[in-house]
Amino acid sequence: MDLSTINPLVLIASLMVAATPILLAALGELVVEKAGVLNLGVEGMMITGAICGFAIAVETQSPALGFLAAMAGAALLSLIFGVLTQILLANQVATGLALTLFGLGLSALLGQGYNGLKPPPTGKLDLGPLGDVPVLGKVLFSHDMIVYVSLALVVAVWAMLRYTRLGLILRAVGENHDAAHALGYKVVRIRLAAITFGGACAGLGGAYLSLVRVPQWTDGMTAGAGWIALAIVVFASWKPGRALLGAYLFGGVTVLQLNLQAAGLAVPVQYLSMSPYLITILVLVIMSADRGRAALSAPACLGRVFHASS
Amino acid sequence: MIRLEKRPTPSRFWTLATPLLAVILTMIAGGLLFAFLGKDPLEAIRTIFWDPLFHPQFASYSRPQLLVKAGPLILIAIGLSLGFRAGIWNIGAEGQYIIGAICGAGVALAFYPLEAWYVFPLMVIAGALGGWAWAMIPALLKTRFRTNEILVSLLLVYVAEELLASMALGLMRNPAGGGFPGSRNLQQYPAAANGELIAGTGMHWGVAAAFIAVILAYVLLNRHMLGFHIRLTGQSPRAARFAGVRPNALILICLGTSGALAGLAGLFEVAGPAGQISIDFNQGYGFTAIIVAFLGRLHPVGILLAGLLMGLTYIGGDLAQFMLGLPAAAIQAFQGMLLFFLLGVDVLTNYRIRIGRTEAA
Repeated sequence: MDLSTINPLVLIASLMVAATPILLAALGELVVEKAGVLNLGVEGMMITGAICGFAIAVETQSPALGFLAAMAGAALLSLIFGVLTQILLANQVATGLALTLFGLGLSALLGQGYNGLKPPPTGKLDLGPLGDVPVLGKVLFSHDMIVYVSLALVVAVWAMLRYTRLGLILRAVGENHDAAHALGYKVVRIRLAAITFGGACAGLGGAYLSLVRVPQWTDGMTAGAGWIALAIVVFASWKPGRALLGAYLFGGVTVLQLNLQAAGLAVPVQYLSMSPYLITILVLVIMSADRGRAALSAPACLGRVFHASS
Repeated sequence: MIRLEKRPTPSRFWTLATPLLAVILTMIAGGLLFAFLGKDPLEAIRTIFWDPLFHPQFASYSRPQLLVKAGPLILIAIGLSLGFRAGIWNIGAEGQYIIGAICGAGVALAFYPLEAWYVFPLMVIAGALGGWAWAMIPALLKTRFRTNEILVSLLLVYVAEELLASMALGLMRNPAGGGFPGSRNLQQYPAAANGELIAGTGMHWGVAAAFIAVILAYVLLNRHMLGFHIRLTGQSPRAARFAGVRPNALILICLGTSGALAGLAGLFEVAGPAGQISIDFNQGYGFTAIIVAFLGRLHPVGILLAGLLMGLTYIGGDLAQFMLGLPAAAIQAFQGMLLFFLLGVDVLTNYRIRIGRTEAA
């Protein structure tokens, strides 16, 4: 094994790319869960976004249109979840699972004929002189648009939840939907909006996988990224900044194990490939072992059905 | 203005009628999907639901397949339904299924080529223990650290898949296989093979186990204290605690049982229809079983029927792929759709629909 082939700077740069899809999906889910809805369909929405984005980008040769289509497609899919859980009052856990199962099937269906194609390249964002800064320029300022969008989204979600009226209403709906309803807030409408936002974010994350990260379409290509995003929301104790940390930590593990595979570490490839999942589980355990905090930070109405009796 | 009014108790009529309604709605929506794919919807639906059983040419082959496909689905779904009833969500059955298969096949390969009566029983025990142990990981983490069992059990599926790949490529690779991935074929090792019990029916030990599981689950839920505790916990966790139910014990039992049953299903599959450990021998039964459990209303008899129906869509899907060129993924989307419709129409079970103006409260 030759560890010197691993360049730490390249590692950090590729870590950001590896973490972006999960960060986007986790941020979307964070907003959804803050509104008191548990959507376990992130995986299904991500993969639907991945194929919608890929197909449109290939057909139009425009990655930007692809990303938009991915957001629209996944948001549309998330609305199925929204209608079922918010209007038809279905169980959120079961419906989320259904969304994942359906999304995997639908994406494989839509993706026929797109296997093995190459998507149009997503251009790097030109940040002018910043890109020329030695070392940092290459690591931090030579990425494509979506990486910066995801970082901006972290700040935007954080500020929205903390400083705006919208954030306050969203949190009120998530903490106590009956009280929010009594105050005159439209619980169902707010939750539907949050679910759609979550869907769009997951779709964007999925499209980033198929258009930039891999970049290719294969069936089931998200390979659990959506579930890891869900775990990162728990890890983050529903705080956007911590979600960034969690996603980058996970991205780091993923990239590192890929590099170790390439460097020929004397461990079968499969054991390295399973390490990101094992580390996610480990992190979940550590977070949930802290008795007080996990219970306090979860939105109180998470996963509960809201039915206005009057 | 349409309004929903909560029923004091779930409607008995709709409890039975909603799965049927969901199947009919799925056929309509599925027909639209197939029409969109350029296939004749009526023909596609007939090919999926009718031809596997009654087609003059293919039925003789596909009819036994019904039990082969339905067996593992029923076996896994019965286990899942116990937990689902109590609000314990094991969605990693696919992983437990894989580990059960690896453990069972491991025993068989360790004894190869010994011909002894005890090889197969030992494999069964190993398979069940493997699935049980894999399910104990989320169970223990849940009881000790309150870690979310949904995420842990699901993430462990990916770990199990990697483990399966490493087994098929490494430890369990057939030494006489010319370097190809995959283990020895257990079908050709009589002491370990899980063959047909009654020729031409598709009935193997896994199917028998599934039927036994249905009966035991029925007795458990209706006649046994543990079944009562499970149902009570599902309806009101707080009341259950006052009634002396120990939630942690229930988590261990429910996850352990579902894991053991999923492991058994995996073992019977690898020793029977699949025949060998290969990279992709798992066909997603562990996930489809979730649909089966819900479609069967978490009731043993319902699961039996739902498992047969789901098995039918598998065979019908294969047939439609062969005869109409319907893509395999279409049937997967079709199965997902079924769960959507089921969850959607379920509103009729728990709520009454009132049409009219809302009077001021």
